[in-house]
Amino acid sequence: MSALRENVRVLDLLEMSRRKVNVALQSHNGSSEPAHLRILNPAGAHALACGLDAPVSVDIEGHTGYFCAGMNKLAQITVFGNAGQGVAENMMSGRVHVRGDVSQSAAATAHGGLLVVEGNAAARCGISLKGGNIVVKGNVGHMSMFMAQAGCLVVLGDADEALGDSIYEAAIYVRGSVASLGADCVEKDMADSHREQLRGLLREASCGDIKLDGFRRYGSARELYHFKQQNIGVY
Amino acid sequence: MKESDWALRESHTFDRHAIAYIRRAASTGLYRIRGFGAKRRIPNFDDLLMKGASMSRYPLEGYRERCRTSVTLGTRFASKPIELEIPITIAGMSFGSLSANAKEALGRGASAAGTSTTTGDGGMTQEERKHSRRLVYQYLPSRYGMNPDDLRAADAIEVVVGQGAKPGGGGMLLGEKISKRVAEMRTLPEGIDQRSACRHPDWTGPDDLAIKILELREITNWEKPIYIKCGAARPYYDTALSVKAGADVVVIDGMQGGTAATQDVFIEHVGQPTLVAIKEAVKALVDLDMHRKVQLVVGGGIRSGADVAKALAMGADAVSIGTAALVAIGDQDPAFQEEYEALGSAAGCWEDYQAGTDPAGITTQNDELAKRLDPVAGGKKLANYLRVLTLEVQTIARACGKSHIHNLEADDMVALTVEAAAMSGIPLAGTNWVPGA
Ligand SMILES: Cc1cc2nc3c(=O)[nH]c(=O)nc-3n(C[C@H](O)[C@H](O)[C@H](O)COP(=O)(O)O)c2cc1C
Repeated sequence: MSALRENVRVLDLLEMSRRKVNVALQSHNGSSEPAHLRILNPAGAHALACGLDAPVSVDIEGHTGYFCAGMNKLAQITVFGNAGQGVAENMMSGRVHVRGDVSQSAAATAHGGLLVVEGNAAARCGISLKGGNIVVKGNVGHMSMFMAQAGCLVVLGDADEALGDSIYEAAIYVRGSVASLGADCVEKDMADSHREQLRGLLREASCGDIKLDGFRRYGSARELYHFKQQNIGVY
Repeated sequence: MKESDWALRESHTFDRHAIAYIRRAASTGLYRIRGFGAKRRIPNFDDLLMKGASMSRYPLEGYRERCRTSVTLGTRFASKPIELEIPITIAGMSFGSLSANAKEALGRGASAAGTSTTTGDGGMTQEERKHSRRLVYQYLPSRYGMNPDDLRAADAIEVVVGQGAKPGGGGMLLGEKISKRVAEMRTLPEGIDQRSACRHPDWTGPDDLAIKILELREITNWEKPIYIKCGAARPYYDTALSVKAGADVVVIDGMQGGTAATQDVFIEHVGQPTLVAIKEAVKALVDLDMHRKVQLVVGGGIRSGADVAKALAMGADAVSIGTAALVAIGDQDPAFQEEYEALGSAAGCWEDYQAGTDPAGITTQNDELAKRLDPVAGGKKLANYLRVLTLEVQTIARACGKSHIHNLEADDMVALTVEAAAMSGIPLAGTNWVPGA
């Protein structure tokens, strides 16, 4: 669709401050009207497109710094580049799609919504996740899903050490290898309901054609749910 | 005492607390987790005295001349700083550790007295938002219940790095207190022991924190004051780095500070006394030329108007209270003596905030117990208590010749002990001596 017909608003960080760009984006908050905005020249700026609360679509044409799309609600944000630390942190709903790699703590504490990463995610991806979903098409770093409470991480590549350490009721699906599992994280059976969940997430991440056979599921052994003497060794 | 008993001598080293501790450890194999704050003797505000005025300073007329008490917090960057009528704020205490009625009582009392209250590790409840005219929203490592709507609904944001009872420690809310509502607010199963992390999930260190604060400001339109709360570990550097990270307000909590549930060994042995915390924090602000530009709020063991006056005279802009506010609304009430005894405790000694069995219905999620606290009556008591503290501070300030409580100064005080002089930087009475200065 041509930019003209769709009435795309262009926000250029060479000409506008971050504050002005965010104010322009947040001016849609509370509205149910769809809109399309493009951000040019992000050049690694921090806290871009954070605190949005409207069904707008935002394309960021380049790399972003820390906390891009932080606390997102409803917005569909695409980063055509890499994203720094804490992308989509505490997302509530909507969708954040990063075409490149993401730094640590991606989607930390996200309560809802979907983060899709075409490349790799660094350490602590999905840390303290609270209901959001994450699909990483490459690999994830160590301590991913540390203390994750609810929601789902799907990894098409490999997972580094201590995956799912101290995990609660969240779920992890990994297609590649897992360097090691963290405390209280165990491999679990794949029932039909799990396949369905996984299939749905892959579809949402635009890779619904991937075969489910290679995936393994991980979750909590629920042994650390109560503070007791037998656990002293793992604390 | 019978003369024959004179031969019984309790050991100073192995006193009855030490013996009870060893016996308890030997029988359970687990360390003790409890509430309340440090119970050991620590040099504190009682070891300082106000001088008052006579020939060399003029006092203000007690019931005629005004002594103002207002405080503005967040003047550095926030476009909407918080205006308080009194310099005493209510510290963050979570819904979960406290009942919804208790949170409501705190909100009502604080609002009636013209001050702020604070959420806690468990998110914001509608009750407390509704009944708190000025509500500070805590942004904690656990991020339980964290969402941008509540962030925007708050009047200020407090990034919690730590608290005095456990600087460097995370939290633990025992399963007994995880009711359905608490579990839902925290996105965790009912009845399990909930661990709160000790570090934030998406930033480490002051350089990251500066960017986190940028994000919080961008999301809230640069309106809200941002506080950083630290337990008193290395208060000089904690304060300096908080200023560097972009705080509008620094909150420093001394080791006497209360807690809902922490390891006893942590409560009694980790952190620095409130006197030290204030001295070091003020020094950091002065060194950075930020004193009174970044406001300082201090907490940990504050009980009386005299404590507040001394904290302000040392250079704090305001104080925060936790334990005292709970006592004001009914914690430790002797009317429940029999029930305290049945639980192996006594009014005045109750410290099992973690257990959820609180006879006064404050630190519980049990509906029957929680009903015992009438939030309206509790709010009135808290407001009364806050008014008494304020009147006492004014009385002291007038006697020192001050027309605003912030004019109280270190020179208005002396220290009673060598230890307190060293810790507070206030000279030992009758001398110019500050050990270590
Ligand atoms: C029941 C209870 C719950 C608390 N919950 C929190 C909390 O959620 N977050 C926090 O930063 N501090 C918490 N604290 C610590 C207080 O905010 C404050 O630092 C401390 O109570 C001050 O010391 P004081 O009790 O001697 O006044 C809690 C304290 C108590 C007594």
